[in-house]
Amino acid sequence: MTVMEQRGAYRPSPPPAWQPRMAPAPLLPDAEPYRVLGTEAAVKADPGLLRRLYAELVRGRRYNAQATALTKQGRLAVYPSSTGQEACEVAAALALQERDWLFPSYRDTLAAVARGVDPVEALTLLRGDWHTGYDPYEHRVAPLCTPLATQLPHAVGLAHAARLKGDDVVALAMVGDGGTSEGDFHEALNFAAVWQAPVVFLVQNNGFAISVPLAKQTAAPSLAHKAVGYGMPGRLVDGNDAAAVHEVVADAVRHARAGGGPTLIEAITYRIDAHTNADDATRYRGDSEVETWRGHDPIALLEHELTERGLLDEDTKRTARDAAEAMAADLRERMNQDPALDPMDLFTHVYAEPTPQLREQQAQLRAELDAEHGHQEGAHR
Amino acid sequence: MTTVAVKPATMAQALTRALRDAMAADPSVHVMGEDVGTLGGVFRVTDGLAKEFGEDRCTDTPLAEAGILGTAVGMAMYGMRPVVEMQFDAFAYPAFEQLISHVSRMRNRTRGKMPLPITVRVPYGGGIGGVEHHSDSSEAYYMATPGLHVVTPATVADAYGLLRAAIASDDPVVFLEPKRLYWSKDSWNPDDPQSVEPIGRAVVRRSGRSATLITYGPSVPVCLEAAEAARDEGWDLEVVDLRSLVPFDDETVAASVRRTGRAVVVHESGGFGGPGGEIAARVTERCFHHLEAPVLRVAGFDLPYPPPMLERHHLPGVDRILDAVGRLQWEAES
Repeated sequence: MTVMEQRGAYRPSPPPAWQPRMAPAPLLPDAEPYRVLGTEAAVKADPGLLRRLYAELVRGRRYNAQATALTKQGRLAVYPSSTGQEACEVAAALALQERDWLFPSYRDTLAAVARGVDPVEALTLLRGDWHTGYDPYEHRVAPLCTPLATQLPHAVGLAHAARLKGDDVVALAMVGDGGTSEGDFHEALNFAAVWQAPVVFLVQNNGFAISVPLAKQTAAPSLAHKAVGYGMPGRLVDGNDAAAVHEVVADAVRHARAGGGPTLIEAITYRIDAHTNADDATRYRGDSEVETWRGHDPIALLEHELTERGLLDEDTKRTARDAAEAMAADLRERMNQDPALDPMDLFTHVYAEPTPQLREQQAQLRAELDAEHGHQEGAHR
Repeated sequence: MTTVAVKPATMAQALTRALRDAMAADPSVHVMGEDVGTLGGVFRVTDGLAKEFGEDRCTDTPLAEAGILGTAVGMAMYGMRPVVEMQFDAFAYPAFEQLISHVSRMRNRTRGKMPLPITVRVPYGGGIGGVEHHSDSSEAYYMATPGLHVVTPATVADAYGLLRAAIASDDPVVFLEPKRLYWSKDSWNPDDPQSVEPIGRAVVRRSGRSATLITYGPSVPVCLEAAEAARDEGWDLEVVDLRSLVPFDDETVAASVRRTGRAVVVHESGGFGGPGGEIAARVTERCFHHLEAPVLRVAGFDLPYPPPMLERHHLPGVDRILDAVGRLQWEAES
């Protein structure tokens, strides 16, 4: 049969009708970031929670200041400060239950500390004595992740595994605005939506990926809009409003726990300090912009609200300040002690059992250390 | 005494059986990847697993290798043993960041608190007439990444035993499947397949006295064929199948070369920066006084894997191996 004959036999029909798989409207974020403080919604907020958030914010700010000071003393190799972003860190972490998991980026030390990780152990990576100082299983906090967005698929896999086992565990995965450009961000969101995994993605949009502003990072109307393409709801929230962040994250966590699948939250915030102590932020942004954001400070916002409503007296403020100072003093003291490092640890955890090759290298280092020790002993004699 | 039925089986069948037995023995074993479910994998290695164990344990994932391996990391964190399939060697490259930045390091990073028992199955190598990106030998990249085990079977029995061992390992294993051997048949006893070899042992496939061919994976049958052909030239060649590139079995390899005094390393991947350089150096360091000639390498050329109509010129074949063996008649320059 020739092609022409085939054509004669073929009766064209209209193409199958196209239908969108779902209406995008309920997934679209609101036009304005959600706010609680200074609005009617604040009346419904739990005063106990607000006071707890306040105390944690004050402690978080002090932590950022102390850690930054430690970099100047050479006690930390580097510290990416989250000053100005404390509301995202703390309010998101407090929206989780104990059985839930946190997947932080390298900037999210405060969120880990808010989950209960020892403040010194949370800095191990940045001090340089090991890569992760804490046991991830103790407080269900994954190691601070240095590559961008690569921890997001881990959160999806863990949440998926938990659901397969019948555990109602939710994973909260944090990422910055720059991280949303990475391929792993896309793959994680897509897997989460397809699997309906109980994950909450929290983007802390602090305006810059080191020096690159959001406008050069994405052409999307907002980062929360990206959710629609994956088939999950996107929420936009004022990241400096601790009550709003807590409510939006807690909502998304409940939704995920109930089997509703993932949510993408964009928290609009600002990095008051430079990217790290090694960065010069004056090269890419002006003082007036920073000053504007200082006027929208997360601690001041919450303090104002609590004071207005008679929920914060001088005693409570002092208690919060004293607790923060005590934490800072303890951090200073313990960070000023030189960590005791065992070089043989280098070989201990590469594999469950060292390979023969590693055993040889281990013996080599042992001999080097013994020789060094012998020299020192000789010198002392 | 009972006689066991030894039937011919293909390597693909042995791999399927290994996956099935591992899944039946341990409910935490999960198979995942692109097309592994309903289709049973493009090489049918996962055939029937979704039907037998359900789609939650043999899962068709979205088409995204970083996502496949990245989510497997999270699943392993929660106590599962994911076995992921990278459909073809070069398709694994998008997953390299997860492999190198996380899979290989998580145990070390967390001081042993968070081991990741993940098996990454990678069909690799050429000789099947595949178009670009379907024939790469990427073992050097994996070997260069501390924290990974790198394993590659050459026989049906090893395919079963090593895959069971890989899945049972508490460390991540890159399991390289020589895809041109998928349909090769061997005598194998599927009724009694428990021979789970520990990872890290090489095996002497053929004993000989005059030189050692050190090889692995798809090049093992080629070397055995070359050894047969070399008999006519008066060469009695020993063939060592490495089976595991990491850890490396220095003992078996060095013992063989000390016996024979001559060695040729044979593999498909490029020679420059390839596994053969490492192997030749290790052999030289251990057997220098036993060597009658330099350790030679017969490898693929140092070029991107060629198109299928030219691949026979690239792949190390019997003639190229015999030519190298001939050059082992080393005479010092005067």
